[in-house]
Amino acid sequence: MSQPLRGDDGTGNAADSDGTWDLRLYVTDRSPKCLRAIENLRRACEEHLAGRYRIEVVDLLEDPRLGAGDQILAVPTVVRKLPSPMRKIVGDLSDTDRLLVGLDLRPPRPTAT
Amino acid sequence: MASDVLPNSVDTDIGPGLDKAPTGVRGLDQITGGGIPRGRVTLVAGSAGTGKTLLGLEFLVGGIREQGEPGVLVTFEESAAKVSANVRSLGFDLDALQRDGLLAVLSFQVDPAEIVATGEFDFEPLFLILGDAIARVGAQRIVLDTVEVLFGAFGDDSTVRGEIGRLARWLEDRGVTAIVTGERAGKMLTRHGIEEFVSDCVIVLDQRVREEIATRHLQVIKYRGSAHGTNEYPFLISARGFTVLPVTSMGLDYHVSEERIPTGIARLDHMLGGGLFRGSTGLVTGMAGTGKTSLGAYLVDAACSRGEQAVLALYEESPEQVLRNMRSIGLDLRRWVDAGLLRVWASRPSAYGLETHLAELAQLVDEVTPSVTVLDGITGLTHGASAPAVTSMVSRQLGLLKDRGITTLATGLSDGAETSTVSVSSMVDTWLQLRNTEQGGERNRLLSVLKSRGTAHSNQAREFVLSDQGIELVDVYVGAEGVLTGSARMGQEAATRDAEVRQADGLNRHRRELRRSIAEREAHLAAVQDQLSAEQAEIDQLDRRERHQVADSRADRMAMGRQRWADAAPGDRGQRDDGGQRTDGGQR
Repeated sequence: MSQPLRGDDGTGNAADSDGTWDLRLYVTDRSPKCLRAIENLRRACEEHLAGRYRIEVVDLLEDPRLGAGDQILAVPTVVRKLPSPMRKIVGDLSDTDRLLVGLDLRPPRPTAT
Repeated sequence: MASDVLPNSVDTDIGPGLDKAPTGVRGLDQITGGGIPRGRVTLVAGSAGTGKTLLGLEFLVGGIREQGEPGVLVTFEESAAKVSANVRSLGFDLDALQRDGLLAVLSFQVDPAEIVATGEFDFEPLFLILGDAIARVGAQRIVLDTVEVLFGAFGDDSTVRGEIGRLARWLEDRGVTAIVTGERAGKMLTRHGIEEFVSDCVIVLDQRVREEIATRHLQVIKYRGSAHGTNEYPFLISARGFTVLPVTSMGLDYHVSEERIPTGIARLDHMLGGGLFRGSTGLVTGMAGTGKTSLGAYLVDAACSRGEQAVLALYEESPEQVLRNMRSIGLDLRRWVDAGLLRVWASRPSAYGLETHLAELAQLVDEVTPSVTVLDGITGLTHGASAPAVTSMVSRQLGLLKDRGITTLATGLSDGAETSTVSVSSMVDTWLQLRNTEQGGERNRLLSVLKSRGTAHSNQAREFVLSDQGIELVDVYVGAEGVLTGSARMGQEAATRDAEVRQADGLNRHRRELRRSIAEREAHLAAVQDQLSAEQAEIDQLDRRERHQVADSRADRMAMGRQRWADAAPGDRGQRDDGGQRTDGGQR
């Protein structure tokens, strides 16, 4: 099932309002892609969101229907539940730039705007 | 229904071991000889709005209802609730099927705007959830509608392509019969070429707009290991769902009846040897205003009079107009409408595509179950479509009615020759032609039977008289001047009567003269006879007188002889009894 990897502060109900990033990472078992994704996500969060994030890892192999609510078709997928709007980042998150863009931690491209 | 009957007769399966899953789609199973390949993936390709989803749903619901095969619907485009609502009007209660554990509906919204792709991924969750759903309902059928939306959403289409290929193999490994739908794009069968994963069966749906009227077509462009109909078959999406109309499905194995049903016109029945065969198809052609509709109305009226249900389908006039016009020839159809026996249904040719006309008719006759149907003004349909298309549609209409054992009379314009603008004459059993003849400044109608299968029928045209008393068939006058009708016929009939009278007078006169002559001659004969008798009498008298004279003179001579004691005179020798004495005496 799901297990919080790290929820430094604000693990309680108040987490939503105090700027905590609520992330859910869907994986299937411990495939290399998924393990890489977990590692990449944790590193990025530590770097940019230290103390302000919570990651829940959901293994769809245990119950495939757990992904239904988030319409999960592909793994690994990170769902940014909070802050809204919801975003999905699909892949092993090896492209850190795109991961940060997906998480809204960095504007898409300085040159683009 | 046709689909129940025909798979056997049309089955041209060349792979004896090829197992097919009936789709439950009317007509499609006939084209494919029994359905789509069981345990394989079939691609249904078509542009937006061509009915791909509906075809898939019919396949699933048909499988559940008719084959006892549960199914899974995976939709990538619409929410489960929306799909469910869309097909409720077709009588598909997806919610109930899900509650009963016969159907699983999975819907995935793929919104490229909320997805950011970074790095490697796979569709393992899709496989997992499909596997779970298949196991949960025991699915033997699955529909994936439309997997192509996966392209473009995950950044890396080559991975998507690989995963879809893997999915196809995965489904086949599980032995489920699958339909995947794909979006057509230009000349490409599918936008992203997913046909490369489907090697067994490809069905293409198409919608064409011609003369501003849409017509749908279905074509099986590939069916490995099986013969299949390769034509483009029109199909309909109506309140009854998805119906493919293979022209060939007009099986020739319909029930044939010996029963005759009256046309409502006694003399026409007589011309046809007793009426139309029940369940047969008749055609009335003629130029405008020749009374085609009236003929149809009579047939309908006759059916309702027998208490049978009838349908009058109008393609050129409104029901009110036809009811009024028929009243003017003494036919009250409204009472049958009011009695619920007659359904008058009008459909403007330009209102729908031909397929819709066909579908509506099919629906109507299934609802009303008439014994008689009249299709009035089939040539009116050509206003909206090409003649071959109308011919094909009308033949399918006629086939559909024939399949259901409904006696049908279609009326249509003809250009005067023994042809019909809509060439369905070869498939009808009885063909009546109404013709105008113009003579002496008036137009009159002639009815002739051009063909009537299985019937000795009159070869002579009748004059077709329409009056406020209704239709009357009158013998035409065939004389030295040709076929005469109307006033000319009446004039000729009068002239004939005159001539007959005159001729009779002449004969009588001659007869009288002859009699007189005979009488005269008989009188003459009598006179001659009298004269003959008188002359004969005179002869007799002369004879008698002569004999008396001879006898007297001999007596005188004998008396004189005795007086003189003279020998017998030589002339008296024969008179003597004793010849010897006489000889002796003579010599003395």
